Amino acid sequence: MSLLAKPNDRMAAVLDQQAEACIDEIAGRSLWQDARIRLMRNKAAVVSMIILTIITLLAIFAPWLSSHPFDEVYWDFIQVAPNFSEGFWFGTDENGRDLFVRTLYGARVSLMVGLVATTVSLIIGVTYGAVAGYMGGRVDNLMMRFVDILYSLPFMFFVIILMVIFGRHIFLIFVALGAVEWLTMARIVRGQTMAIKKKEFIEAAHASGVSTTKIIFRHIVPNILGPVIVYMTLTIPQVILTESFLSFLGLGVQEPLTSWGVLISEGAKVMESAPWMLAFPATFLAVTLFCFNFIGDGLRDALDPKDR
Amino acid sequence: MSIILEVNNLNTRFDTPEGEVSAANNINFTLQKGQSLGVVGESGSGKTQIFMAIMGLLAKNGRTSGEAIFKGQNLLGLPVVELNKVRGVSLSMIFQDPMTSLNPYLKVSRQMTEVLIEHQGLDKESALERSIRMLELVGIPEARKRVHMYPHEFSGGMRQRVMIAIALLCEPDLLIADEPTTALDVTIQAQILELLHSLKEEMGMSIVMITHDLGVIAGMCDHVMVMYGGRVVETGTVHEIFNDARHPYTQGLLQSMPRIDGNHNEDLYAIPGQPPNLQALPSGCAFQPRCQYADAQCRSTQPEPAALSQHRMIACHHITVAKDLIPAMESA
Amino acid sequence: MFTYITKRLLAAIPTLLIIITIAFFMMRIAPGGPFDAERQLPPEIEANILKAYDLDKPLYQQYFIYVGNLLRFDFGPSYKFRDFSVTELILTGLPASLQIGGMAILIAALIGVSLGTLAALYQNQKTDYAIMGVAMTGIAIPNFVVAPILSLVFGVYLSWLPVAGWGDGSARNLVLPVISLALPQIAYISRLTRGSMVEVLHSNYIRTARAKGLRERLVVVRHAIKGALLPVVSYLGPAAAAVTTGSVVIESIYDIPGVGRYFVNAALNRDYPLVMGVVIFYATLIIIMNLIVDVIYSFLDPKLRVNG
Repeated sequence: MSLLAKPNDRMAAVLDQQAEACIDEIAGRSLWQDARIRLMRNKAAVVSMIILTIITLLAIFAPWLSSHPFDEVYWDFIQVAPNFSEGFWFGTDENGRDLFVRTLYGARVSLMVGLVATTVSLIIGVTYGAVAGYMGGRVDNLMMRFVDILYSLPFMFFVIILMVIFGRHIFLIFVALGAVEWLTMARIVRGQTMAIKKKEFIEAAHASGVSTTKIIFRHIVPNILGPVIVYMTLTIPQVILTESFLSFLGLGVQEPLTSWGVLISEGAKVMESAPWMLAFPATFLAVTLFCFNFIGDGLRDALDPKDR
Repeated sequence: MSIILEVNNLNTRFDTPEGEVSAANNINFTLQKGQSLGVVGESGSGKTQIFMAIMGLLAKNGRTSGEAIFKGQNLLGLPVVELNKVRGVSLSMIFQDPMTSLNPYLKVSRQMTEVLIEHQGLDKESALERSIRMLELVGIPEARKRVHMYPHEFSGGMRQRVMIAIALLCEPDLLIADEPTTALDVTIQAQILELLHSLKEEMGMSIVMITHDLGVIAGMCDHVMVMYGGRVVETGTVHEIFNDARHPYTQGLLQSMPRIDGNHNEDLYAIPGQPPNLQALPSGCAFQPRCQYADAQCRSTQPEPAALSQHRMIACHHITVAKDLIPAMESA
Repeated sequence: MFTYITKRLLAAIPTLLIIITIAFFMMRIAPGGPFDAERQLPPEIEANILKAYDLDKPLYQQYFIYVGNLLRFDFGPSYKFRDFSVTELILTGLPASLQIGGMAILIAALIGVSLGTLAALYQNQKTDYAIMGVAMTGIAIPNFVVAPILSLVFGVYLSWLPVAGWGDGSARNLVLPVISLALPQIAYISRLTRGSMVEVLHSNYIRTARAKGLRERLVVVRHAIKGALLPVVSYLGPAAAAVTTGSVVIESIYDIPGVGRYFVNAALNRDYPLVMGVVIFYATLIIIMNLIVDVIYSFLDPKLRVNG
């Protein structure tokens, strides 16, 4: 036979190149659009986004939504059940303060802690992970070993000690929680950076003399955005939960400021006689955590649809 | 000669969020006992999915219609319990990537003996003996010792040999080999193909060789089935396909192979355009956007398969034209 | 295997030392002494007290004295409970804490893995959605909300179980705290198991197992479970940390005389030796748990077992 009777991979290579070119073009054109379409098709995520928007708006406009100030004590209405005629839609607490407006003020604190602390963790985690992943070698080894050590620490206890020592300042909560939650983010970013660094287009950028900083910000950062956004969405509820945990122990925000954790803690003490005091803040907290988790899961499925 | 596998009007579809995707349409072929069939096509041509469907290994969103009669029994739609009396017994399959196709958490001995224990009711000792003999047959040195190792302690080529040994444990009548050499080094590729070839002769089994590499087909197969865009575009004996290819796609595949006797200064021919996207196939003939003979008819209607002889089939509006034009194409 | 364990044990020492150091200096730079709450003492008495607790020595000397004492398992005296040493207090709380913590992890692992496997086998079917819905609830409703509600329903309304308290540590007293502690972990573990199981079930080696004609039960039990369990096993370390953290509030809510309850009281009372003792104790516990996890992991993954 005149043809090669031996396997040849040149044709295979030609065909594979064509196939890859095809995939790349499709992926490059519409990765983000595809993700958005898939996300919009996820009912749980869409409903969650709507609910979260409503809660956020309620929190922002809280002072104008109720005729009652959040710290005003109504001596005639100590711990009354929800009462529409007086405008106490969620009832009042044991100090006679309106629970509706307090729950919304709690939402302000909880959401803000969630956002700010997550941003802090994002900044630390992304920087740390990107540097470790980009440098590689011994630096990377050392940096990740440090993360491993931190992983095995009972962080919560240090946060508690911090709160005890330096007082329960809200700024401290932001920093402390952010400083606790960056480890996983650093790992994710490092892994992604390492994977992307090996790709040809980074090598090409290197070869054509683009500076390291520029490579990191122009090429690597946009490519690790997906996993980072997903993990961020899942960190926010984590942080909110942790803040509530601290507040529940009496180590969170201070009076007259309040958060869902504080309200739940107060409600839990009197749940037999005044169940509404537990029910409303607990529902708000649970619904918010639900929503963030659903959105996080939805985003992950949308950006990485291999599971379907 | 008796027919070992007869596939009639087989269709494979996948439900995706973007709608239904057809991976294989209206597939018909027969395979005689002891013969081997080469199935050629680019990735995404549906060649693998046909045999995944026959083996009952389609992904959960996949559905199949038609029939695949293996030794007188239609395998499609068979309950898993019944299918398991065939899979691994008289019908085996080996896969493309030996690195991931073996269970990394179980010793090779376990992965081999379990087949014999399950299907032939052997006890552990005799199953182990049979396994060791099979490993020796596929050319694993020190089989008695290595059978107790984990897959990661084997090289890629050795792992594919282990895969073959597992597939052959129950001496199947038909072995489906899905790109068995693609993931391996070139020298190892040749060894594995040689092994398959000699095992086929020795055990008198039939082989289906799924590949995108016509070179593999030339050395191994009696018949060839060329696929494009989820359809069979041409079938024939290996001789007919290599010497008298009629479909423009088959011709393109042949031309893009490097030739020993050809002019070495010539550039390697590449079929223009890109492999089809099964989710958005072009109208009419799937190959039409890349075909130099395409005309209005090609763009509007799907060519019906035309049988030239019992084994020879071509699906092209330009069968005669195409044959005449081969010299013209080569000079172009 | 023995060398591996020894190596890991040696690696744990610097980790522990870091924890001790951080805890010690954090406590000592804290404003406000341990005796602030008491009446103004005459200067000479105060000096005597400081001397009795070695607080008059320079900081670095205090540090070395403390570390030296730790080597003899002497955590020093408690400032608050004057008649007890910290070691005694921890030992008093240990049985209760270990019981509920250990049982919670065990139950969480068993139920979580079972539910997760079930969900993966019925991926995208009703069983899957039901299990994952429950798991999401477990994640979104924090245990400091679940615990009071469970206590209200099963303790107060139904009177099936004690509302709170330890009694003599009988099973009846254990049920609610263990469930409250285990629920979030059941949720995490079942989600984790589902994810890794789905991935394994789509893997090439499972396809091979099916192609071999093995019964589905064998495919899952023999071929899939091991690989799917690896991520779950590595999560047991963090799970232990989460359970210890959670035990702090659960022990407070159910009034269980464990180590966690001491911790909150000690932190609020600035009882430094007790706080530090508990943190170091917990850290050791978590490090040991991580060690056990590593050993289990190396048994499951043959690639790590090469040097036996």
